[in-house]
Amino acid sequence: MPDNFELNRIAQLYASYERAINQREFEAWVDLFSSEPYYRITARENFEKNLPLSTLVLSSKGMMKDRAYGITQTIFHDPYHQRNITGLPFVSSVEDSASGKGRLVQCEANFSAFRTKLDKLSEVFCVGRYFDEIVEEDGALKFAKRVCVIDSEMIPNAIIYPI
Amino acid sequence: MKQDGLKEAIGWEGGDCANIPLSIYTDREVYERELERLFYNGHWCYLGLEEEIPNPGDFKRTVIGERSVIVVRDKSGAINGFENLCAHRKMKFCRARDGNVGEFVCPYHQWIYDLQGNLRGVPYQRGLRQDGKLSGGMPSDFKREENGLRKLKIATRGGVIFGSFDQDVESFEDYLGEEVLRYFDRIFDGRKLVILGYNKQRIPSNWKLMMENIKDPYHAGLLHTWFVTFGLWRADNKMRLLMDPTKRHAVMAGTRSVQQAQAELVSGVTSFKADMALNDPSQIDIVHEEWWGEYTATMMTLFPSVIIQQQVNSLSTRHIQPSGPNAFDFVWTHFGFEDDDEEMHARRLKQANLFGPSGYVSADDGEVLEFSQEGFSANPSDRMIALMGGRGTEEANVIASENLIRGMYKYWREVMEV
Ligand SMILES: [Fe+2]
Repeated sequence: MPDNFELNRIAQLYASYERAINQREFEAWVDLFSSEPYYRITARENFEKNLPLSTLVLSSKGMMKDRAYGITQTIFHDPYHQRNITGLPFVSSVEDSASGKGRLVQCEANFSAFRTKLDKLSEVFCVGRYFDEIVEEDGALKFAKRVCVIDSEMIPNAIIYPI
Repeated sequence: MKQDGLKEAIGWEGGDCANIPLSIYTDREVYERELERLFYNGHWCYLGLEEEIPNPGDFKRTVIGERSVIVVRDKSGAINGFENLCAHRKMKFCRARDGNVGEFVCPYHQWIYDLQGNLRGVPYQRGLRQDGKLSGGMPSDFKREENGLRKLKIATRGGVIFGSFDQDVESFEDYLGEEVLRYFDRIFDGRKLVILGYNKQRIPSNWKLMMENIKDPYHAGLLHTWFVTFGLWRADNKMRLLMDPTKRHAVMAGTRSVQQAQAELVSGVTSFKADMALNDPSQIDIVHEEWWGEYTATMMTLFPSVIIQQQVNSLSTRHIQPSGPNAFDFVWTHFGFEDDDEEMHARRLKQANLFGPSGYVSADDGEVLEFSQEGFSANPSDRMIALMGGRGTEEANVIASENLIRGMYKYWREVMEV
């Protein structure tokens, strides 16, 4: 089990993640991932049936940077605010990583995301669960993997920002 | 209201297909007639892919128009379809999205249906014995064989399943027409399909706008940065915009440009980013597949219910599920082929990032459709302009044309009698 110090660090990583996407600081969002990251949004149906399709899959730091650029420069979309609320991490395992570079933490958390469009009421945008793998790189915790499995398979039109 | 009343209310003159009255996107009566005439009669609607129900007893629940339907493979391997509506109390009895069953049972009164949709069991049909005599139960003239589920006519071709409530609908092949069928067969040539997964989005716009979007080559080279910048859909593409003889279906076939865009084509086009380079170019690692032939993309609109996408190495069906005049659900099923090697499999999944509710060239389509509907709702007596390429409905071969949209409305007006 993780000690209190480690739990605090995970909670801090979660809070930094939330802050980055809620504040639309997408470069900061990219920086919260390890050098070999994997980020995926997928519908619960795909996840449960082991179907490989994603709503969005980013399997390199370059792809994440391209997404950050896409959000701000290439995808035309309605302006909106997103408010992600993440629950407490459930740490399922802590192990020494194979590379000997420190520990690998596997954890899960529930999340909900609200969307507020200009001149409109706030609405539930999507809810689901994160499946995370967290590693330590250069003295900081980073996501090696974050898989967002969304219960809200019927997406209210478009997902532009990261979840 | 009489049919003529609707025609008058819409007020669409003569043979015009280029000045489209906005009420056809917002009016409830128009919408009800569309369900009746386009989705429930005279047309084939998309139901799914055979690979979704590979084994006897496998079923999936889907929709035609707003009606819930079940598609199931029976013990003989044949595919049947029927409405998800118990003959008794008209309850939408099947709640699971998919599964494997030996029969269907409506939980309300336990009426049992076989995998052909025939009514097999009615509890207490012959009544109950009380004090030595039978009482209650169904009258003797009630016949189970006359009270099955409402059956669909089914057509399958190349692994794709279509259905129709209309038992007299023409053959699927005649329905598509020779030329559109050839493009259909180009993708579904009998190779075994592999289901990659689903994406679903609710788009708050009239369903026809999605058909128009995929009959609109004009927007694709302007709205979508990735298309313009990487030459996937651009004004200098070789292009063919064809229709079936009725003009309800269309194919936009295009060949991507690998050369740099000429300045006059993209000057002033703000979505063109001359100096944009991907940090990870593997996202557009396009490999030409032999079966493509000369076209690198074929976008097919099979009226009224489905779009079939081949855009470079990404393949999907996009099912249109209308929900009132002001919204529809858009269900994407991505697929590949059994003979894809590991690299091609991974490539198809990666290129899927371009499409769907979060896709680089699709997320913005949903957005512009929503904003169009907002414009229409506030101005139902206004009209929009579909004049690119003139007023005609003939085949075209340039991006600056709205011929396919006009073609669809020529057909739509005939069937809708407005
Ligand atoms: Fe588009």
